[in-house]
Amino acid sequence: MTHNKDTVKSNSELLLATEGVSKSISSKTILQDINLKIHEGQILTLIGPNGAGKTTLIRIILGILRADKGSIYLRPSLRIGYMPQKLIINSTLPITVAGFLRLVRPRKDNEAANLLERLGINHLKGQQITSLSGGEMQRVLLARALLRDPHLLILDEPAQGVDIAGQSKLYDLINEIRAEKGCGILMISHDLHVVMSTTNEVVCLNHHVCCHGKPEDISNDPAFLELFGASSSNNLAIYAHHHNHEHDMTGQIKSSE
Amino acid sequence: MENFIQLITSDFFLAALVSGLCLAIIAGPLGSFIVWRRMSYFGDTLAHSALLGVAIGLLTDSDPQLSIILSCLVLGVLLAFLDRNPSLSTDTLLGILAHSSLAVGVVFISLANSLRVNLEAYLFGSMLTISSRDLVWVFLITAIVILALAKNWNNFLSATVHAEIAEVEGINVKQSNLILVVLVALTIAVAMKIVGVLLITSLLIIPPAAARRLAKTPEKMALIASLIGSLSIILGLFGAFFLDSPAGPTIVVIASIFFAVLYFYPSASNKN
Repeated sequence: MTHNKDTVKSNSELLLATEGVSKSISSKTILQDINLKIHEGQILTLIGPNGAGKTTLIRIILGILRADKGSIYLRPSLRIGYMPQKLIINSTLPITVAGFLRLVRPRKDNEAANLLERLGINHLKGQQITSLSGGEMQRVLLARALLRDPHLLILDEPAQGVDIAGQSKLYDLINEIRAEKGCGILMISHDLHVVMSTTNEVVCLNHHVCCHGKPEDISNDPAFLELFGASSSNNLAIYAHHHNHEHDMTGQIKSSE
Repeated sequence: MENFIQLITSDFFLAALVSGLCLAIIAGPLGSFIVWRRMSYFGDTLAHSALLGVAIGLLTDSDPQLSIILSCLVLGVLLAFLDRNPSLSTDTLLGILAHSSLAVGVVFISLANSLRVNLEAYLFGSMLTISSRDLVWVFLITAIVILALAKNWNNFLSATVHAEIAEVEGINVKQSNLILVVLVALTIAVAMKIVGVLLITSLLIIPPAAARRLAKTPEKMALIASLIGSLSIILGLFGAFFLDSPAGPTIVVIASIFFAVLYFYPSASNKN
């Protein structure tokens, strides 16, 4: 339970830990022996190619799926705010932004209005959810997650469908909220260039944990480079490129442990 | 005109009207959920299988309404569990279940024909033969459905909008889905007498579909659906009297006209 104190402030409380979590779906191994820890105020970002099991892991942590093996520790009475990858609402269901947000009981009533103002979605309250743009939708989803005043925020590709300018704004906002509330954040992201500048710890997942550590350490990890090299994904290529230019580490082989 | 006054004051007409209105009121919100969750085929299967309940009731010589309710409940719960198993093609499975149980029901009922059962009454409804005992069932189930809807509305809605967020926010989604299925099963069980097995789903889905364009919130859609359903029941019953047509199908025809008019009429609420 204490072996990775190098990445964590020693006085902050443990919010979430997975120990040896494994999951197979129709005899295909999706996750193998996953160990993660998130403390208060910490941002942990899961990266990895599509189909690597990132969303499955999140679903297990949320209790939507059950792991075949391993255990999940959640701090007692932990409130989780969850922002899913997408919200697909059947077009036969009329619901306004206000109606959607009313489905969750806010912890503090007067905070709801502040939050909407801050996320810049107050003017959208009367609009139908289905009429929102990608960026507006993501902010509404973030608002719903934050209305619970969570101890742990779990974000599945929060900037999906958001334009480049909006992306960094959104990540700034997430970072701001973390600093203010001191909540932990577990996030899946493909926006590696942004993520690397905000996250405390990166876990590179490809069914198993390829490598994990601080962003600057992990970028030189051979397992990490191998994974990116083997992948044809554009995101990863951009990322590798980005790193080639940074040259912030001299030794290429540097274990994260 | 004398006929007409006689009609609207007669017991059988009032029983038909009251039970029809009860059904329309609960079918509005329940049908809305069926539409939102794309469960209409599910409702169909349940309705078709209700005929099995009739057959079982005949074979065991028990109250047919009770055996219909019980078989709808059992099938509803079974289907809800099947629905959780993604490896089965639910669509195909529902199709097979719907029609095989309908066929088995029809065969059983004809075998028991010595009991002088009018099969057509179960297939298309026999609204004008609603007994006071039937009415008690209708009131009971209407009350149960309204109470359950009022108590669980937010949970149902939350689970419909996004099941996983709902789960994370502490709603027991599986349980709330099961309650919803039970309510649909109960509604179908009482609707059988009114519109018949073959037309039940239409009474559940046509009013909400007609209401969709007039509503900006889920609550309004459910409410307008109840209104449209009620109007269809009233107009359908009178229509059936004047046209001398069967009541159940006439009601469905009226509901369909509402849908067609509202769907194709370029309304003011079109702007969203």
